[in-house]
Amino acid sequence: MTSSLGIPRFIIITVPALGVVSLLLLSLGISPLTIAITLARGSVLSWLKFNHVLSVWIPLLLCSCGLLFTFRAGLWNIGIEGQVVCGAIGATLVLRLGNTYLPAAMLLSLSFLSAFLAGGVWGALAGFLKNRGGVNEIFGGLGLNFVAQGAILWFILGPWKREGMASMSGTDLFARELWMWVPRGWRTAPAALILTVTVFLFTAFILSATRFGLKIKAVGLNPKASRLFGINPDLTGFTAMIIGGGLAGLAGAVQVSCVYHRLIPSISSGYGYLALLIVMLANYKVTLTPIICLLFACLTAGSIQLPITLQIDSSLSGVIQGTLVLSGLLAHGLQQRRLLRKGS
Amino acid sequence: MKHITILLQTILAACFLFFSLNSSFGADSKYPFGLLMVGPSNDHGWSQAHFEAGKEMEKIFPGAEMIYIDKVNPADRPGITIPMLVDDLVSKGAKLIIGNSDDMKDGMREASMMHPEINFIHISGDDVITGKSGVNLSNLMGRMTYGKMMAGFTAAMSSQTGKIAYLGPLINAETRRLTAAAYLGARYAWTKIRKKDPADLKFKISWIGFWFNIPGVTSDPTLVAGSFIDSGYDVIISGIDTTEALVVAGQKRKGGKDVLAIPYDYKNGCSSAPEACLGVPYFNWVPGYTRLIGNSMTGKWKQEFLWLSPDWKSINNPKTSPIGFKTGDGFDEKNRKALTDFQASLADGSLKLFTGPLNFQDGTVFLKDKVSATDEQIWNLPQLLEGMGGASK
Repeated sequence: MTSSLGIPRFIIITVPALGVVSLLLLSLGISPLTIAITLARGSVLSWLKFNHVLSVWIPLLLCSCGLLFTFRAGLWNIGIEGQVVCGAIGATLVLRLGNTYLPAAMLLSLSFLSAFLAGGVWGALAGFLKNRGGVNEIFGGLGLNFVAQGAILWFILGPWKREGMASMSGTDLFARELWMWVPRGWRTAPAALILTVTVFLFTAFILSATRFGLKIKAVGLNPKASRLFGINPDLTGFTAMIIGGGLAGLAGAVQVSCVYHRLIPSISSGYGYLALLIVMLANYKVTLTPIICLLFACLTAGSIQLPITLQIDSSLSGVIQGTLVLSGLLAHGLQQRRLLRKGS
Repeated sequence: MKHITILLQTILAACFLFFSLNSSFGADSKYPFGLLMVGPSNDHGWSQAHFEAGKEMEKIFPGAEMIYIDKVNPADRPGITIPMLVDDLVSKGAKLIIGNSDDMKDGMREASMMHPEINFIHISGDDVITGKSGVNLSNLMGRMTYGKMMAGFTAAMSSQTGKIAYLGPLINAETRRLTAAAYLGARYAWTKIRKKDPADLKFKISWIGFWFNIPGVTSDPTLVAGSFIDSGYDVIISGIDTTEALVVAGQKRKGGKDVLAIPYDYKNGCSSAPEACLGVPYFNWVPGYTRLIGNSMTGKWKQEFLWLSPDWKSINNPKTSPIGFKTGDGFDEKNRKALTDFQASLADGSLKLFTGPLNFQDGTVFLKDKVSATDEQIWNLPQLLEGMGGASK
């Protein structure tokens, strides 16, 4: 985790990245310090605002945990967006049974299980296409994202449309008792927070302290060599896709039951794609992932201050996020190259 | 060293106290209000009309300061919800918050319950009638049915083919009400003024799925408008928040087609392609905002459901009329008198277009002969009317 100079690698990557972002902002005539202060004020300087950050952090970290499994297995799970969407559909399917005799807590629990299964099945499809059809997981995932997007539009305009309406606004709100409980003065459901932290600890444990985690790592590093140790790389990768999809599905469930309380066309909020950038910026390291998720959640939640306070379009935060990732990857690549040269 | 530390702490505390007091003194003389707009503040349509009315409030009420956020929709601001934005506006001191879209209904209701000390105005909703909101939320809307009747009338007076298209947003009671009003205006002009066979009037609606284009989610309004013209429709009435119908009509005119369009929402809506513009029915939010914000500022707030009629004495008066209609460069002046007479008949109540015999699209009776619809029947119109093409639900 540290360079030959004793400086943490994270610092070596992020400082140049922040430098590039600052230069970009200066070239646009915007003070980086003003932007930083504005984003900080809009994200962490009050309990309510920090709650808004958490409501972004939760689905982002769930997606990122899913991606840690697939990246570790050497798979680019671009289909994660579709897996979030399918998870949201799976959760909605259960929550729409709100008038049954099942208690609300049980329905909510079942909705999360359903979301995990739906996301997992969608992940499994991408894995199946790769293993049996020879379709690269990137192209398979992209295709499945389009299918999932089509499916959610169909549900919203078709069987789940509001009474007397045909609108992309989304389905009817769920019954109030099916909203996850949020204490007074909070904006995030504690249960979702606990679930996310548990999922993160589970991910860290599986990947670093179990035989299965070691198998995934072996497959990711060298699938051919892993066979010599009796590991089936196809099966291991397939399992990683199912787990990754399932965790992304949980993010979809959080979006419908905690954030929007209904199904909307853009239910994934792009968190799947954003999580891809986060995990890459974290250099696929488990420990760094929640911290970078928090940084990106601050950028997303705080970005709303840009138009309010500075009359700057909030899409600038997307530019900052993208530039951070690209610069971070570049800094990481250059550092790796330097180390290789030293080694040779 | 200890003395220096104490001195520094004292200075810091004094600064903190000074800035705190200063900001609280300033806050007393000001009245910040928030405006959440579903589209961009410069969309030449729905959101710009609200934005400009908000700016006008700053001139009318000394101390009023607008804090606005535009593009408030899940596609443009993923992960951001109405309650989150309201929390933020409240933390900035907003005492009243306006949400300008039907799409914000659920979020506004939730936010108004979270902040009972703040007044809310939800545009185009009807929570006050249905009793779903608290007393701190009022509804505001203009009687655009009249504006749409004028749009339909002008379209039918100008159409050469008798084929009028309506570029619809999403389907709900509001959009059914407005398209039906446009159809009734068109049918009146076609049959009563031009004395043509009602069977020769084609009035078709295509719904794109939302108030404006969301790539990958809605139908593309540019393609839909182009398809209308390619199918022989020579006038397009727009029901969406943006100007695609007019822009496409302008392009087609340059290509030699004799087509016209009627944009919506914003008084300068014709500016995108003036030569192709027949006219524009528009909202003027100044009278409604003035009443509700004024009441809130003076402590006279009460929950209201305002469905405001045009100022018939002067429908384009920016201070008094919540609804207006401006003719465009594409309007033929020989139809001016007919339009003026039509407006006068609507104004004095001698012409009530929502009067029977009228059937719903499925053939069932909506209004029997000589029976006029109540406000409630018009507000909650459950279907399109017989003679209109397009989906009702």
